[in-house]
Amino acid sequence: MAGKSGRSIAITKPRSWKQTLFTWESILVIIFILVNIMNACISPKYLSVPGLFTATSSFLEKAFIVLPMACILIMGDIDISVGSTVALSAVFMAMSYNAGVPMGVAILICLLTGTVCGFMNGMILARFTELPPMIVTLATQIIYRGIAEISLGDQASGGLTKVAWFSNLYWGSLGPVPYMFIVFVILAVFMGLLIHKTTFGRYLYAIGSNRVTAQYSGIGVQRIRCIVFTMTGTFCAITAIFLAARMGSTRSNIAVGYEMEAISMVVLGGISTAGGKGRFPGAIIAIFIIGFLRYGLGLINVSSQVMLVIIGGLLVLAVMLPKLNFKELLKNQNTFRKERKSL
Amino acid sequence: MNKKFDIKKLTGSREMSLVVVLVILCAFIQFRNPGFLSAKVIIDMLKNYAVTMILALGMMGVLLLGGIDISIGSTLALSGMCMALLMRDGIVTNTFLAMVISVIVGLVCGLVVGAIIAYGKVLPIIATLGFMNIYRGITYLAAKSQWVAAYQITTEMKQFAQSSSLTFGLLNNLITIMLVCYILFYVMMRFTRIGRKVYAVGSNPEAAEVSGIKINRIKLMVYAVMGALCGLAGALWVSLYASSQGDMAKGLEMDVIAACVIGGVSLSGGRGSVIGVFLGSLTIAIIGKALPLIGISQFWQNGIKGVIILAAVILNVLTQRVMDRNNLKGREM
Repeated sequence: MAGKSGRSIAITKPRSWKQTLFTWESILVIIFILVNIMNACISPKYLSVPGLFTATSSFLEKAFIVLPMACILIMGDIDISVGSTVALSAVFMAMSYNAGVPMGVAILICLLTGTVCGFMNGMILARFTELPPMIVTLATQIIYRGIAEISLGDQASGGLTKVAWFSNLYWGSLGPVPYMFIVFVILAVFMGLLIHKTTFGRYLYAIGSNRVTAQYSGIGVQRIRCIVFTMTGTFCAITAIFLAARMGSTRSNIAVGYEMEAISMVVLGGISTAGGKGRFPGAIIAIFIIGFLRYGLGLINVSSQVMLVIIGGLLVLAVMLPKLNFKELLKNQNTFRKERKSL
Repeated sequence: MNKKFDIKKLTGSREMSLVVVLVILCAFIQFRNPGFLSAKVIIDMLKNYAVTMILALGMMGVLLLGGIDISIGSTLALSGMCMALLMRDGIVTNTFLAMVISVIVGLVCGLVVGAIIAYGKVLPIIATLGFMNIYRGITYLAAKSQWVAAYQITTEMKQFAQSSSLTFGLLNNLITIMLVCYILFYVMMRFTRIGRKVYAVGSNPEAAEVSGIKINRIKLMVYAVMGALCGLAGALWVSLYASSQGDMAKGLEMDVIAACVIGGVSLSGGRGSVIGVFLGSLTIAIIGKALPLIGISQFWQNGIKGVIILAAVILNVLTQRVMDRNNLKGREM
């Protein structure tokens, strides 16, 4: 980490190979490979380029939410209104299209809706800093879903398949690579660079590890929170676009429970909800682990209920195992014994 | 001087501001629909929301520790489903025994969650997020994705929610149980050592540990109590709706958390009272019951509910700010 001037500003020691091997990301990679081996055993057609992309497309539209959710969790915040934001943006898009607006403008409306939803969250949180994000986004979750229900009732707003290029956003591909995958890679790389290579990213970690200190060192904590929540809204709208392209119609009850799935993926990726910890690549690998696991289990007709149990168990185990420091446990026991003897 | 101070304290307190909001809300609804403030409607409302109100108590304990439990809906479903299945297969026919079984199932679920959080050092939101999925999945698996329908549940069980046998005809059973829970919790949080320990751990865990409180044990206890209450609520739910489905009480956790927060329980721990929780869950019940009464279409209900929650929470912050400012003023004198 030596600078060009020769002055060393390294605070963290360079990691030894042992530490690199036992990082959370490498464990995730191993799990990822295991999942893939399992899938390949289940279906012989799985390990081919089209097979892999089919598997990827089955979950990738949700993954767009994971990218900004990682930022939010790094800051030590949480956003559980994302599912409702997706629903609301999709509903507004479909309604405006059916009202005669051209598709391009409808997509803009969708993006705008999502951004405004996110901005509302960010604004409220920045104005009332005492309020925990959990409860604010819980309220806006109900409100956004409510607005979607008010606008559309229990109807569906369909007909989106009439625009061929719009359906192509999800179903089409450039060679073997689906458009959605390309968009995802671009955005993921962008977010990765944003989090790990820019000052903005360092600010996120600073806010997450100690908000008060960050405030006193001159970081505009509330401004950054507002920006990140707004960004989350925009990404929700992107998810809404792909989801609508996939289904060809929208209802007010789509995307229920996306917030929990997104949070699970981020947490499995090693980013703690307490903030300031974890690295972005972990979250990306976790997306694919959960996605492929679901796809593979779906192939062998494992019911969705068993899948719930497996994914829940994976989440709890993944978070708990590294915390259980066996060496320390043993040491504690030994000291305890010694103390007892000395008594 | 002394008296003046008391009035100020009273008007500035969270509970008082909540009472004012409730009165205004009730007056408005009463104005729109004169049938609202009648004994039948109120008893109906309390009966239907007894489950939420009971769960809010357990959630208060969890929130007081600075934790959160979003697995309660699933725990409720699992314990209620276990009881209903035993009943369907004719293994258990006694209502009381069935309820005890449901409570035990809930207690075990809560103990597992508590152990993972206290001894596994997993953050509460993550652990309960995981167990939300696990318990929900087990519920479906145990029932083989089937319902337990009304005719498979004993008549005695179905009658339990509608009759008032516990108080010999005075008050509906569900409301009685709910009130007993509230009184028990009030006494426990207010006058016993355990209650004070919960507050102590919630407001400053390090200080609590130094003063000899076993934090992990308190954590385990709080989540176990939450689980047991879920079990009780599961039994009541099955009795009230006379059926048991795999997806019952889905999303209930959000209502319960909202009730607590409206009641002034802080999510960062250490702050909140049983009376506040009672008023908060009463607000949720009134909103849920009254909106259809004043002729609001069901599609508007979620939107309005959300706005009211948000408004209540923001109002809470504003009163807190005023209170803090007043406190500072008092110190200046």
